[in-house]
Amino acid sequence: MEPILKLFTDLLPGLSQLPYWLLATLAALIAALVLFGFIAVFALFAIWLERKISAHMQDRLGPMEVGGWHGWAQTIADTLKLLMKEDIIPEKADRILFKLAPMIVFSVSIASFVVLPWSRDFIPADLNVGLLYILSISSLAVIGILMGGWASNNKWSLYGAMRSVAQIVSYEIPISLSLITVILITGTLSMQGIVQSQQGNFLSWNIFHYFPFMFVAFVIYFIASLAEVNRTPFDLPEAESELVAGFHTEYSGMRFAFFFLAEYANMFIVSAIAATAFLGGWLPPFSFLDFIPGPFWFFGKALFLVFVQMWLRWTLPRLRVDQLMYTSWKVLTPFSFVLILIVSFWQLLTL
Amino acid sequence: MTILFYIAAIIAIISTIMVITRTNVIHALLYMVVSLLATAVMFFLIGAPFIAALEIMIYAGAITVLFVFVVMMLNLGEEAVKQEKQWLSFSGWIFPAFLSLILLLEVIFIISSSGSVPISGKVIDPKLVGQSLFTTYLIGVELSAILLLAGIIGAYHLARRKKKVVHRFLELEGAEE
Repeated sequence: MEPILKLFTDLLPGLSQLPYWLLATLAALIAALVLFGFIAVFALFAIWLERKISAHMQDRLGPMEVGGWHGWAQTIADTLKLLMKEDIIPEKADRILFKLAPMIVFSVSIASFVVLPWSRDFIPADLNVGLLYILSISSLAVIGILMGGWASNNKWSLYGAMRSVAQIVSYEIPISLSLITVILITGTLSMQGIVQSQQGNFLSWNIFHYFPFMFVAFVIYFIASLAEVNRTPFDLPEAESELVAGFHTEYSGMRFAFFFLAEYANMFIVSAIAATAFLGGWLPPFSFLDFIPGPFWFFGKALFLVFVQMWLRWTLPRLRVDQLMYTSWKVLTPFSFVLILIVSFWQLLTL
Repeated sequence: MTILFYIAAIIAIISTIMVITRTNVIHALLYMVVSLLATAVMFFLIGAPFIAALEIMIYAGAITVLFVFVVMMLNLGEEAVKQEKQWLSFSGWIFPAFLSLILLLEVIFIISSSGSVPISGKVIDPKLVGQSLFTTYLIGVELSAILLLAGIIGAYHLARRKKKVVHRFLELEGAEE
């Protein structure tokens, strides 16, 4: 909270006369609004990017008409359409839970932005349990998904929600275990501390630490994070050929848009965690590039990983449910346990 | 700090009462999530962010989700709600409530006679937690590890499926999936 408060009082000195609680509330509200704007703009951009990438991979052009240059305004038009659509709530649905579910899913993904380090000075809150905070907050999204799926009173929604939850709960384990290797190296859970321990050029990033073991840890994290955000090849919860649209089958209009926004925000969050934990966060790859500000590197690395996610989506087919569980429990989890052992032994030997 | 703590505590108490009184099981479980979140906020405020994060991750994020999962699969309808209403009758809860009231009075007496400690706001970082776990509470950590190992072995034994497929032409024995 302090960096944001400092930013506010620097910009408007008159604000520092307000009582602390009022100032904190104001600052938090404004920060939340800015964050919402960022997520919305990022989602608009990412959806456009996804369409373009999918189109170019299939030798098509994608949206070309709206807005002139390469159809950049296509997603804005789609958003307006979603805004104007009728808001339908099924008659037999549990109305309160049905309305609450998209809010919970979206607010959980907003809450994860709190500990992302954007540059040396700018991080909304440098908690000393930063990484654990993100893991714990993101595990709450499961509850929103279950609520949405159950409250819709629809078999497809319920099955979609169940698949989604089974998938997220099982892939949380390899994610946490592969991040433990990072914590073993850096010795801190604070996001800023993790970035600062990777100072130097790109060879001192965690991904090249103890080569090739940390690289394997990165791959495990990346695969598991794909499953965590329900992206292909792990998009079984939304498998349209079997489940219509998964847990958000009954949602329409703005509520559906919120699930969608949360999905794209989550894509960014898992990529940002990967960039922080493995790719040096806001650090430039070479130290002579220091003059370019940190947010550029942080955002660039995260965006690159988002691009890889889209790339995989349009390259790989979807897994089967049993293959999904097999990958998590019999491949990724044992491998990350072995990695933890190797990394801790290596650390003991080189003490 | 103290005000925030009391707000969180009141939310925890109210939501826990709601857990008991709701007749719809899913609603009750979701109130339990709220109660656990409020407890996590309380831990955070008294300077234990590590425990707070673990509370959310393990209780709200994993264990309650498993409960909700099972209850949703059971597909409880109007019948279950009716039965719950019956069980919540006055004669059913008055005696346990009376016994709990005695315990509550005892707790209030103990707390009020020992004097209160203000919230210092001193944050205990994860490193300290780890150090005390692996020195003072080492036996506890190892015992719980053994318990978890037993749990894993038990789960493996229960989930293992040895099926014998008898067919006219081929016989598969001990096929595992």
